[in-house]
Amino acid sequence: MKPVIELEGLGVRFGKRDILKGLTCSLSGRTIGLLGPNGAGKSTLINTLLGFYQPSGGTARIFGHDIRTQIKQIRSVVGYMPENDALIANMTAVSFIRFMAELSGLPSEAALERAHEALFYVGLGESRYRKLGTYSLGMRQLAKLAQAIVHGPKLIILDEPTNGLDPPARQRMIRMIKEMREVHDLHIVLCSHLLRDVEEICEEVLILKEGRIVHYSNLEEERSANRRFVEMEPIGDGAALAKALEEMGCECAFSSERLKAVLSDGLEIRDIYRLAAEREVQLRRLNYRRDTLEDIFLKAMETNGNGSL
Amino acid sequence: MAVYKRSYRSYSGRLTPAWSRFFILTRYAMRGMFHSKFLTAIFVLSFFSPVTCAVLIYLSHNASILSLLHARSKEILSVNGEFFLGFLGVQGGIAFFLTAFVGPSTIAPDLSNGALPLYFCRPFSRAEYVLGKLCSLFYLLSLITWIPALALFLIEANLSGAGWAWEHRSLAFGILLASWIYILMISLIAMALSAWVKWRIAAGALILGVMFFLSGFGAAINAVLDSHVGYYIAPGALITRVCAQVFGLESPVEIPAAGAWIALVAMCGICLLLLSKKIRAFEVVR
Repeated sequence: MKPVIELEGLGVRFGKRDILKGLTCSLSGRTIGLLGPNGAGKSTLINTLLGFYQPSGGTARIFGHDIRTQIKQIRSVVGYMPENDALIANMTAVSFIRFMAELSGLPSEAALERAHEALFYVGLGESRYRKLGTYSLGMRQLAKLAQAIVHGPKLIILDEPTNGLDPPARQRMIRMIKEMREVHDLHIVLCSHLLRDVEEICEEVLILKEGRIVHYSNLEEERSANRRFVEMEPIGDGAALAKALEEMGCECAFSSERLKAVLSDGLEIRDIYRLAAEREVQLRRLNYRRDTLEDIFLKAMETNGNGSL
Repeated sequence: MAVYKRSYRSYSGRLTPAWSRFFILTRYAMRGMFHSKFLTAIFVLSFFSPVTCAVLIYLSHNASILSLLHARSKEILSVNGEFFLGFLGVQGGIAFFLTAFVGPSTIAPDLSNGALPLYFCRPFSRAEYVLGKLCSLFYLLSLITWIPALALFLIEANLSGAGWAWEHRSLAFGILLASWIYILMISLIAMALSAWVKWRIAAGALILGVMFFLSGFGAAINAVLDSHVGYYIAPGALITRVCAQVFGLESPVEIPAAGAWIALVAMCGICLLLLSKKIRAFEVVR
């Protein structure tokens, strides 16, 4: 798959402080999560990709365009939703979104049409003629999302999109991002410190710590790889079932109540049920077990990366 | 399909030329300016002087009026460099107060709302942003300075007959050059202060303060040192000197014209430097 973002020894320095330290990786997922504790360099990375900060070393490419030399091409295919309040308070939502669309290069009439469309899409259709200054925090987040998508970008960078949202509003935001993800040829970069949001939305996760990459995880691959790891709660002769599974080539671990097994190739779930039935063992619970993003994140925080993958 | 039923979709239609996008900023800024009734009132009042001058030019060419007053055309009004310098002086004063009123709302709201990242995450540069905002002030101030002055020039040319316009073409050139320099200077000062002082009222007061303070400080330097070097820091004196040169007239400001030009260019350069420090998507905290 063609890489969306490529980092090549990317470094950013403010004064004497190194904020990003030689980041190197290639990301090609439809939805990419940027994780890290506060001050890890997530927002700095985004701002550098958008050309707001000059790299002190290395470079980065978005869809093959270099951030040092082709920033206008990059900006024309990117939509950005900043973390902080960034709306002009005395403009109505529709005129603001139209204004932003026009700055992205849309002709006036098309910009107006798409502004209405974007506002309806994010759920602000009924309040689109209200001034942005009168919007609640949740509405302002939605307006920021509307301005990020109004020009139909190929890559949307969302910096803490669920910040300050109540649970229903958060759910709505996540549903919308997931829906956008399904659109052909659209990629999403989600920067958040909320693991649940990233886990729900992203296929790939890049974890930063102190300006370095400490972990990269392809959640999609891990999800499918972990389909071979099964945890069961047998009632009856669990040891016999474990022995039978081992004879079929599985790796098993049986404690008093739980049986964990890594299934061998070709062995299906129905085979486990068959073996259990033959030994008159009841299976009260059977589920796939995998590391949660929290497990991955906590493990990553214990390591010190060297900036590259 | 109705707009409210549509889902997310990418845009594949026509795009506007990249070079023209700064006009969008100008258009929106101009629209915002005339929301103020006070500004609109001052703007309308600023046409009092051009209309009066136009009437006087007409009267000075009207034979029946002249015979009634037993006067010759040039006794009522002489349309020359002094006339246009005086006219631009009056209009320039009004332009300055308009700038002090409008200037702070050019950049300060974007900064106080934190909206700059939204401009610069698009294919839109900092230079285009400054140019767009500058153009909004340029349009507004043009409407009350060189455009009415050129209209008066054309009225006089029309009434004086063939040849007058060609003979006095240097006046038209002087009107344009003097107005543009003046507009550029006060616009850049207003924008620079608007970028540094985010509170609109304070920025407006500061624009007035800077202009009067620098003029006063320059005069004090002149008085203490018994020289003319103080003029170099007084924007009003510099523009007077430059305009006098442009119209080929004697200037009360006794400094070399080249020095005045250099000082004006330096002043504009400082304003641009101040703007470049502030007009950024995010401020870097070192």
